[in-house]
Amino acid sequence: MPTNDQIRFSEMPDAHGHFGPYGGMFVAETLMEPLDELRQAYEKYLGDEVFLTELDADLAHYVGRPSPVYHAERLSREIGGAQIYLKREDLNHTGAHKVNNTIGQALLAKRMGKTRIIAETGAGQHGVATATVAARLGLECVVYMGSVDMARQEANVYRMRLLGARVVGVTSGSKTLKDALNEAMRDWVTNIDDTFYIIGTVAGPHPYPAMVRDFQAVIGREARQQMQHQAGGLPDALVACVGGGSNAIGLFYPFLDDREVAIYGVEAAGSGLETGSHAAPLCAGRPGVLHGNRTYLMEDENGQIIETHSVSAGLDYPGVGPEHAWLKDVGRARYVAVTDDEALAAFHTLTRTEGIIPALESSHALAYAFKLAPTMAREQSILVNLSGRGDKDMHTVAAIEGIEI
Amino acid sequence: MSRISRRFAALREQNRTALIPYVTAGDPNPGITVGLMHAMVEAGADIIELGVPFSDPMADGPVIQRASERALAHNVSLRDVLSMVREFRAGDDDTPVILMGYLNPVEIMGYPAFAEAAADAGVDGLLTVDIPPEEAGELLAALRPKDIDPIFLLAPTSSPGRIQRICDAASGFVYYVSVKGITGSSSLDVEGVAAKLAEVRRATGLPIGVGFGIKDPDSARAVARIADAVIVGSALVNRIERLADEPEAIAPALAGQLAAMRLAMDQG
Repeated sequence: MPTNDQIRFSEMPDAHGHFGPYGGMFVAETLMEPLDELRQAYEKYLGDEVFLTELDADLAHYVGRPSPVYHAERLSREIGGAQIYLKREDLNHTGAHKVNNTIGQALLAKRMGKTRIIAETGAGQHGVATATVAARLGLECVVYMGSVDMARQEANVYRMRLLGARVVGVTSGSKTLKDALNEAMRDWVTNIDDTFYIIGTVAGPHPYPAMVRDFQAVIGREARQQMQHQAGGLPDALVACVGGGSNAIGLFYPFLDDREVAIYGVEAAGSGLETGSHAAPLCAGRPGVLHGNRTYLMEDENGQIIETHSVSAGLDYPGVGPEHAWLKDVGRARYVAVTDDEALAAFHTLTRTEGIIPALESSHALAYAFKLAPTMAREQSILVNLSGRGDKDMHTVAAIEGIEI
Repeated sequence: MSRISRRFAALREQNRTALIPYVTAGDPNPGITVGLMHAMVEAGADIIELGVPFSDPMADGPVIQRASERALAHNVSLRDVLSMVREFRAGDDDTPVILMGYLNPVEIMGYPAFAEAAADAGVDGLLTVDIPPEEAGELLAALRPKDIDPIFLLAPTSSPGRIQRICDAASGFVYYVSVKGITGSSSLDVEGVAAKLAEVRRATGLPIGVGFGIKDPDSARAVARIADAVIVGSALVNRIERLADEPEAIAPALAGQLAAMRLAMDQG
């Protein structure tokens, strides 16, 4: 294995979608040709000026990009140590980073002549972002969602239905995100001729991990310029939460070849890594094959995928994008985990000190930044990806505190 | 020559098409499987396809998903499945057994360790749904010295180039998935399948099995006319599900289904 400083990260993955031993295309034969068609379309249009101009215009006028970088001064004083900056993906249309990717893939679907869009969703953010772009482009949209997640994210289910999507509850397996992904794959293999599958994270078979990263990398590209302008240089550290890992890779990717920038991905430790009740495959799992790629997984000794737990539905996934698996192994990024309780505390701290209510997913990144900042100097800086806003989590947080709303 | 190749050679001499039933190992309980395998052979099965339960069976329809869940409720592992094959072999040294499932249980055991244990138990072939030849280099290298045939899927969407590549990597036979879809699909377009099989035959001399969408004697007969093997799964597993509360009735019921298919296939 090459060492960290020999790798040109911007050139990953290889032609077959491998990030070192991770990634690849582990799918049934029926999907191999459609995936190859998708790869060709994606490679063609990512170098196509007309496509990119349309994408940039949509990101500017529909999503509201660039999203600001905000220096959270009051928060930084309260926490002590390094200055904390927030990349405000929560201000995007639909309330999270997810739409950066769904806009890109939906435009690609149009170019490929597909008339039907399907997606999986966990917290519902990707489902909402997909239903949103499908409504705008006049495409039929079906969203698969675990029945457990539907119960804890009712508002997003209603939102998707308002937008004209059909939300299909998935009752197999653990009835969460992984099962929704299985069901979406089954739909895709059955309706391959007219259907485009918009995967919401940097997992799945090649080209999805690279394609979703490239659509999300707008986060890091903007942040790189904004930090130079607002903070006078690159940040000393990046922090982002990692479920599948799309907001994290979107922020990290444009900084990977800047070796002086430390990178931290924060997984969900749920009730605590030692309890086994968590969603932290990079911190406490091992490599295996699921959902089309080789990566770190939460699995038992027989290779069965085990149920995960996190207070945050968007992090409640037993796998992780293969590029993160690779970044972990070569040591370019460090992966850590914070518990439900730590994330909830961070949720309240940001809300009270800055008047910004973060998503529970993003609260995991904040919680780790709060541990990191005091170990650094005041002149140093941490950029946290505030990947989504907390509106969708009102019921969850209130219920934990015994309040009915 | 592998058990699978010997079996196809013998059938060719008799001008018969192979009947390959699929059941999930350990469904509805681990105690039933070995006896069921013997009963299926007696009813006319030429090769047994034994499903290895997996928590996330992405290519399977609801019928086989639930079979996996029933088996996993008893914690049936890949090692348990190998024990079942070993026990079956004690009473049947001729009928080939193919394991069908997903890569992760094999991956976690380690390819060489799996190949060693599987050969030792008497496994003849491995069909992992989610590993195309492009990713299978290391797995093939482990299976080959143990004479375990890698069985690969071909699909309606496979291009001529892919068909060639897959046939070159396969041994024993190749498995043509007759529909775009998951296991337990209802529609079967026999003419469309026949056209694609002609294309596959130009790429390989290996026998061709056809599965997905075969559910009764009529569809078995139609496919037997154009293929070298008829593979039936969900129709059997569906019957197991309905009899899950009276497991002693399962072997006779499946034997009846298979005997009817066998008869229809042999009458042509």
